[in-house]
Amino acid sequence: MSSLEIRDLHVAIGEKPIVKSLSLTINPGEVHAIMGPNGTGKSTLAKAIAGHPDYTITQGDVLLGGKSILEQEPDERARAGIFLAFQYPSEIPGVSIANFLRAAVQARMGEGEELDATAYYKRLYQKMDLLKIDRKFTSRSVNEGFSGGEKKRCEILQMAMLEPRFALMDETDSGLDIDALRIVAEGVNTLRGPGLGVMLITHYQRLLEYIVPDFVHVMYDGRIVKSGDKSLALELESRGYDWVKQELAVA
Amino acid sequence: MSTSLSPTPATNPIGDFTAERFNAHLAGIPNSVPAWWIERKRSAYAEFASLPMPARTDETWRFSSREHLSLSGLSSATGETRAASPATGIEIEDAAARLTFVDGKLSGRTPLSRELTSSGIVVGTILEGLTTHSELLRKHFMAQPQKLGSEKFAALHTAFIPDGAFIYVPRNVELKSPIVITHASTGAGSAVFPHTLVVAEENSRVTVVDVFVTLDSGRTGRSPESKVTIDAFACGANDLYAAHGASITYAAAQLWSDATLSFQLNSTLVRRDARVQSLNLHLGGSQARHESLSQLQAPGAFSEMLAVSLASADQEFDQRTLQIHQAPNTKSDLLYKNALLDKARTIFSGLIIVDSDAQKTDAYQSNRNLMLSDNADASSLPGLEIQANDVRCTHGSTTSRIDPTQLFYLESRGISPAVARELLVFGFFEEVLNRLENESLHAVLIRLIEHHFRRAWQPPSK
Repeated sequence: MSSLEIRDLHVAIGEKPIVKSLSLTINPGEVHAIMGPNGTGKSTLAKAIAGHPDYTITQGDVLLGGKSILEQEPDERARAGIFLAFQYPSEIPGVSIANFLRAAVQARMGEGEELDATAYYKRLYQKMDLLKIDRKFTSRSVNEGFSGGEKKRCEILQMAMLEPRFALMDETDSGLDIDALRIVAEGVNTLRGPGLGVMLITHYQRLLEYIVPDFVHVMYDGRIVKSGDKSLALELESRGYDWVKQELAVA
Repeated sequence: MSTSLSPTPATNPIGDFTAERFNAHLAGIPNSVPAWWIERKRSAYAEFASLPMPARTDETWRFSSREHLSLSGLSSATGETRAASPATGIEIEDAAARLTFVDGKLSGRTPLSRELTSSGIVVGTILEGLTTHSELLRKHFMAQPQKLGSEKFAALHTAFIPDGAFIYVPRNVELKSPIVITHASTGAGSAVFPHTLVVAEENSRVTVVDVFVTLDSGRTGRSPESKVTIDAFACGANDLYAAHGASITYAAAQLWSDATLSFQLNSTLVRRDARVQSLNLHLGGSQARHESLSQLQAPGAFSEMLAVSLASADQEFDQRTLQIHQAPNTKSDLLYKNALLDKARTIFSGLIIVDSDAQKTDAYQSNRNLMLSDNADASSLPGLEIQANDVRCTHGSTTSRIDPTQLFYLESRGISPAVARELLVFGFFEEVLNRLENESLHAVLIRLIEHHFRRAWQPPSK
């Protein structure tokens, strides 16, 4: 079984260590929620795994199906099955969603293989309908002028089209009203299955009411300090992050 | 004058375009042309010969190269006609009519349908028009002031033009499909003077596409290291006239060989409630200067001035524009975008003039440069001269690089860095190209850019 294995990972931005000795294994089919206060390294973890050039991995390893991905470029990691759903998706003026996704789908095809345009559009429209995205969006520029909810739905649309093995979802719930949150969660839930592992980064327990995790990890100061099942999220919600900090201080 | 330093090396004011050559040109003109045509040519030649070459101190030549303007080494364009319809990569399927000129001589023609001909539309040559529409030509051919620095080259154009395209659309006639004019040069040693003149009468509508192309250049793109060599000269112009309520869409694709020195001088005249949209795509040439003048002469007039340039190797694209608002409630909107590779240079100098009685003018001017190389150079000189007090004028220029955040976003979807950059460059151009309503024309221009981009750009290998 191919899993995403994070081993003793240390990540720095410039000289500043952010993630400090973090280990976590995500198996296909599992949803792991990573919770924690702001500035604790959750987003850094996700971006570093995706290969963002601003983040330096100073120690440890990330393995996909037993193979290290650290020497791979971001696009190679993506084609190997890693998908990062951005907290703040980029706006790309002049590049339509249809062209963007076509390039991404094409990048996954073999040399000389031709994209079947009819089948591609059929699949695209089907996924858009599922996510309640107006079909007119295909000709709109990627994320340009989108509301917060539209941007996040567009991230899920990309995920649905690219069918990753592991999705790293960075604060997918931030900036969403409850209706948008429901649509996004519904989208993620339809993609859930034995072929997909999910790392769900969130600050709030609210999202976990809609996407019920198999595991919950609390991250603090660059490492995972507590792990449990979904009840841990509820406990965090009622007792707050100070509870974790105090526990750590005692230990 | 005596105190100024003489510019080097372009001191010879006429180069190869001697009086003998001019007389030989006159001798070749058919007897059927009206006398005014010959007279105008004679005075244009005199003007050409008397005007100095652009000097280092000319504001209209600021930042421009002048070392290749000598006009010598160009043998006469004898126009021994080659292929009747050169392959240009421009395949506009629904063209209403086509004309092809090779070295200034008509060499191919797809006429309008009988129905369109009977509506009074004319798609013909200037030589034909001189017989059938002499007064119209007299009124509109190179009749507007040259204000942007190439007065000498405008005069040269008038003096030596052998023929060109003449398009006339009568009142209330609307033509949806484009008229496609190809101006081809045979390249090395040739000098061409392409011209397209469009007269759109009241409430008419027309789309015209100019294609400038060098035949059999056989080149595969100059390497970034090679030195500038110029072996061909193109000195073109176009006149667009939109009468009351008329609408002209004009697109030009400049695909000259990379050894061509090119001038293209545009004049757009817009009357009451008329609208002209022009889009110039610059891909070819070694040094290509484009001057564009829009005169908004009556209330409701609107000129949309668009340009896209992809400059590579040591190409220089030099763009000079002037938007003149001469009446109240007129509008102009200029958007020029350049993407620069290698050691390429672009110059944009744009001026908006609002006359004192042109209240409620709405004028916009924007030049945006995307630097794809550290060795490229983009100069931008936006300007305003406003004499009215109740106007809205905005202008500005930006120079940017590929945004690393956008690049990472695309790469994180599995798109290779090379394809990601290409998408971002096309995204940059798309803001201009998507102003075109004609989708097949839009697609053709994108294919041309793609072709040049892939030829010009070898992305850095990892």
